[in-house]
Amino acid sequence: MSSNLTSILKAHLRAATAAVALLLSSGAQAADLNALIWCDHADPALLQPFEEANGVKVNVKEFEGTGAGLAIVDQSQPGDWDVMVIDSIDIPRGVEKGLFEPLPEDKLPLADLFAQVKMDGSTVVDGKRYGITEKFGYNTIGYNKTKVDPADMQSMAALTGDKYKGKIAIYDYYLPVIGMAALAIGKKTAELTEADLPAIKAELLKMKANAKLVGEVTASQTALATGEVDILVGGGEWVTAGLAKENPALDFSIPKEGAVLWSQSLAMFKDSKNKDMALKFIQYIMSPEGQARLATSSCYWGMPANSKAALTDEQKKILRFDEQPSFLARAQSYPAPNADLDKKMQDVWTEMLQAQ
Amino acid sequence: MSNAANSGRALPRAGCALPRAPLPWALVTPALGWTLLFFVLPFLAMGLSSLTAHEGGGFTLANYSQFFTDPSYWRAMVNSLEVTAIVTVISVLLAYPFAWILAEQVPERWQRLALMLAVLPFWTSYVVRSYSWLLVLAQNGVINRALTSLGLVAEPLQLANTRFATVTGFVHFFVMLLTLTIFANLKQLSPSYRKAAADLGAGPVRTFLHVVLPLTLPGIMVGAFLTFVLCIGDYITPQILGGNNELLMPQLVMMQIGRRGDFPLASALSIILMAVVTVAYLACARWLKIERA
Repeated sequence: MSSNLTSILKAHLRAATAAVALLLSSGAQAADLNALIWCDHADPALLQPFEEANGVKVNVKEFEGTGAGLAIVDQSQPGDWDVMVIDSIDIPRGVEKGLFEPLPEDKLPLADLFAQVKMDGSTVVDGKRYGITEKFGYNTIGYNKTKVDPADMQSMAALTGDKYKGKIAIYDYYLPVIGMAALAIGKKTAELTEADLPAIKAELLKMKANAKLVGEVTASQTALATGEVDILVGGGEWVTAGLAKENPALDFSIPKEGAVLWSQSLAMFKDSKNKDMALKFIQYIMSPEGQARLATSSCYWGMPANSKAALTDEQKKILRFDEQPSFLARAQSYPAPNADLDKKMQDVWTEMLQAQ
Repeated sequence: MSNAANSGRALPRAGCALPRAPLPWALVTPALGWTLLFFVLPFLAMGLSSLTAHEGGGFTLANYSQFFTDPSYWRAMVNSLEVTAIVTVISVLLAYPFAWILAEQVPERWQRLALMLAVLPFWTSYVVRSYSWLLVLAQNGVINRALTSLGLVAEPLQLANTRFATVTGFVHFFVMLLTLTIFANLKQLSPSYRKAAADLGAGPVRTFLHVVLPLTLPGIMVGAFLTFVLCIGDYITPQILGGNNELLMPQLVMMQIGRRGDFPLASALSIILMAVVTVAYLACARWLKIERA
């Protein structure tokens, strides 16, 4: 009875939400491409060349966090969306829900991708490729090199020592920072279990005791840029590169303990009504031109997954393109917990935030 | 005799059955439909969701028990109540004299302009306003620069990313809201009350305490209740200004959705928050009367 009522309510709410979404989607047409994206894909400098070349309008909807993105899909009608940007580690979640279409490997520049960021463990499910990594970077230590000793930034011990107390911000996303805490205590991010959580929590509490704030992307970026803090735990090129022109003192290090490799992928929806155009969009984003534009998007910069991205020498320098082989060798994978461990990790994060 | 009697029309008497007039129902139907569609149904959906397990579905009370058994969860409620209480009290204390000056001291012809200036902050985006406060309160912000250049402090104070910053951002907004409700209340107060009090020998202070203040209490309570409801459910201000150094309930709710999409737990926390607002309403319902004597 209750589940029937739930189903009816959910069905009506979905229909109503889909109707409202369509009304609000600035007049979406059948020929449009509807993309669920992160903010870096909303940059007109990225979308305009594709739209002009293909005579198509790309309607974008931004979301933060896989859960929120999948909720939008859940509340939409099948076929409403064509492509989605998603954390590479979360592609299996979409596949499990039956959302994604296998991608034709022969039509994608897989051979040009940095080998370490292909993430086949996540992007390939049951032998089929459901996602392709488009951008990556590191959750590591971002800092202002005029305010701190860069040599100190080669060790995570600096984050919990007294020297920079009150000068530190922590990026407010539990998975990468828990990954960093794990690295700091000598754990491998790919092997984390519930038994590791008490030690990770203790490390997080030490970081929190030194931190002035725990902020999401904009807040932590603003804090570093305005001098409110000098170090950002979890920061990396995605914070410092975009601000390099205005503030060349911002930099990042890969400390001796390592860093957490983040990566985002593109996936195509199984129910897309415009699969040809969706594939063209993915091919454009993965092309050298699209990769350069995505890497230097106005929202945030990041390393292009395609090693042949058409970046200028200056852009490569800012992204430390030539140092990538050594960075990648020292980086560890993004924590990819199962649902139960994920919940426990978030609870540890909540306790850290509430600690005074 | 009444005019109705004179005109020969029958007056309705209590207890008499009247033919049902369709007009009142027709007039009220849109409001009922709106409430049903955008409040009752979503609320029911949220209630059912809160009783569902995130993994695998099925009935569960675990989402509620998590709140009551995990100290970091109910700490968020305590934080929310503390911040909301502080904001409400400070806002009332600041808004009342402001509204009184506007209503009693500013000449009638300037009141409209003064009111417009008072609500000027509403014209800017809430998010932009919050980020502006962040810059004002920052280590290199206006306040710290003034304090250090005047030699009042040796080192910049930590004002941003604190509860103080959250309260400041809230108070800036809610003082204006409260000023409007209290101002409207003061303007509706007949001058006869004060004249009568004066005739009976009461001085200005006594008149204020025993006449004006009690009569404007409904306006204060309406404004305070609005402040309470809007403040306890606000996500933006604590998220931008609080620096996540403590979590408030709306932040805890949002946290469940972001990556894990745990809508059942988010729903349970939201319903608990709504229950607290309901209790607050019941506690001050006696003062939340619209009618005036």
